[in-house]
Amino acid sequence: MKLIILENYSQASEWAAKYIRNRIVQFGPGPGRFFTLGLPTGLPRDHPESYHSFMWNNFFKHIDISPENVHILDGNAPDLQAECDAFEEKIKAAGGIELFVGGIGPDGHIAFNEPGSSLVSRTRVKTLAMDTILANARFFDGDLSKVPTMALTVGVGTVMDAREVMILITGAHKAFALYKAIEDGVNHMWTVSAFQQHPKTVFVCDEDATLELKVKTVKYFKGLMLVHNKLVEPLYSMKETGAERSQSKKPYSD
Amino acid sequence: MPSNKSVSDAPIVQFTNCRILRDHQLQREDLWVREGKILNPEKLFFDEKGSADVQLDCKDSIIAPGFIDVQINGGFGVDFSLATDDFKSGIDLVSQKILSHGVTSFCPTLVTSPPSVYHQVLPQISVRNGGAHGAGILGAHLEGPFISKEKKGAHPEHCLRTFEAGAFQDLLATYGSLDCVQIVTLAPEMRRSSEVIRELTKRGICVSLGHSVANLSQAEEAVQHGATFITHLFNAMLPFHHRDPGIVGLLTSDKIPAGRRVFYGMISDGIHTNPAALRIAHRAHPKGLVLVTDAIAGMGLAPGRHTLGQQVVEIDGLNTYIAGTKTLSGSVATMDTCVRHFQEATGCSVETALEAASLHPAQLLGIEHKKGTLNYDSDADFLMLNDNLYVQATYIAGEEVWRQDVLGM
Repeated sequence: MKLIILENYSQASEWAAKYIRNRIVQFGPGPGRFFTLGLPTGLPRDHPESYHSFMWNNFFKHIDISPENVHILDGNAPDLQAECDAFEEKIKAAGGIELFVGGIGPDGHIAFNEPGSSLVSRTRVKTLAMDTILANARFFDGDLSKVPTMALTVGVGTVMDAREVMILITGAHKAFALYKAIEDGVNHMWTVSAFQQHPKTVFVCDEDATLELKVKTVKYFKGLMLVHNKLVEPLYSMKETGAERSQSKKPYSD
Repeated sequence: MPSNKSVSDAPIVQFTNCRILRDHQLQREDLWVREGKILNPEKLFFDEKGSADVQLDCKDSIIAPGFIDVQINGGFGVDFSLATDDFKSGIDLVSQKILSHGVTSFCPTLVTSPPSVYHQVLPQISVRNGGAHGAGILGAHLEGPFISKEKKGAHPEHCLRTFEAGAFQDLLATYGSLDCVQIVTLAPEMRRSSEVIRELTKRGICVSLGHSVANLSQAEEAVQHGATFITHLFNAMLPFHHRDPGIVGLLTSDKIPAGRRVFYGMISDGIHTNPAALRIAHRAHPKGLVLVTDAIAGMGLAPGRHTLGQQVVEIDGLNTYIAGTKTLSGSVATMDTCVRHFQEATGCSVETALEAASLHPAQLLGIEHKKGTLNYDSDADFLMLNDNLYVQATYIAGEEVWRQDVLGM
């Protein structure tokens, strides 16, 4: 794995954004050649705090994506399992996920794969753990009774099939989960730990999230920042011609 | 743009690179319009899988709902209180010209006039939507003749009337028809005014208090019977007194029925009201302030003599007086000037200034579900303004109906 440690939330966000941008540009997307971005899923559709609203306000309305290329799990589908199975098919049809971007719960979950989820699970309905419900209460005016208790989610296995996985972890409250994810063993109680067996993972975090890690781990990866920063500098642009882009050196990866 | 799979064939326009006034704040958001209404882009994206047909770069303008002027007596040589042969073309001219002031809807106002004028003019006013031809007409505002002699202001004394004999029937006989009437200004201290106010309110007509010597309890009683507006606060009413605040006291009265709000018109041209008085009113009751122009025929024309119904007025700069007197009679201010002056005098936010000319008049008339805001499904009547609140372009039902000529016409 690559562990990228930045000073704070904004710097971590910026590094991740630049990395994703470079990855998209170098992939060379075009009609029929989709750069498939995987993102975790959640709440029912027509709530102002729904995942649809969140994705629209924070992502889709700022970019020129065509609506038919957006696939979000529909929590209101009549047959939830069929909805999940169809989602898996859509991923296959798009050529598989190129880059999965996700966060980590305080209980170490990836997407809504709560502690105890199978590490080879696929897209399915999950009942949320209390930790997750508490964490989501802030979107529902702190009223626990209003927080949804179930969610459709991609499985750990689904994410493991992605060609690359990027996990963003910021804040001291995530520090213990990060420790369990990368310094302890692979364990279905901390589902993010599954990525220790993925060939290409990037963890992007801020200083606060490293609070539970060994000093040795942190020093090692901070020492690698010179190399890792080559992944975000130079910053590529879609406007460069194909020839220039293919000539640019593939960034060294550890 | 990729193929548009939206349910309707109507073109979708996306205004980008702008700051829109929504939820009382200027937000950096795009404005989407389809079929003359503001469109919800999230629903379009997820439910219809649609996207924009046209994208317009607004060069960082402010986009605000179109202004609504509920008190305008005429302009550009046209006097709404004069029963001329070409009355219709007069009202058309004014409605077209005020687009450049940012007004997208208005209430043509008639001052105190003899019944014959009402009988001839009112049938020629019809409620209609705005468009390239001009601003929309919401209905007439009848200011008088049931007002106080002591506070007649510029209104002709010989035309003043009372309704003590037949109450509402007297009023109906005077006006002839109330079909297209949106607002009536009267003096609530007049005998039988409560019955009249109740009857007008029942018919959906907004009752406004003005040109009156009412004390606070008479004004409060009028509000209890249904009055919701005050015509040009401070002007043509008793001055505020600390033991009897008069009509001005309605701004902070505790006898307003629950769930109702009293609105008050202010002519913020810098002449009708001292800026300090404007600030006192605004701070006492900011949510009720409605900017009006009270513009007269001379607005938009060179200084000189013009008419205001039965009277002759003289214009000298921004001052308009009854000829030979120092009695103010209407103004020659334009709505956008009033908005700018209001913002400067009170130091309020741009959002507050814009809402006083759009949201508040819409709320007064009970039409805020379709006018006065940029909420989804509202009528797409809006303005593009620069940071100094000068109107750059006016849109009605999503179509551009006026644009500032770069050469400055």
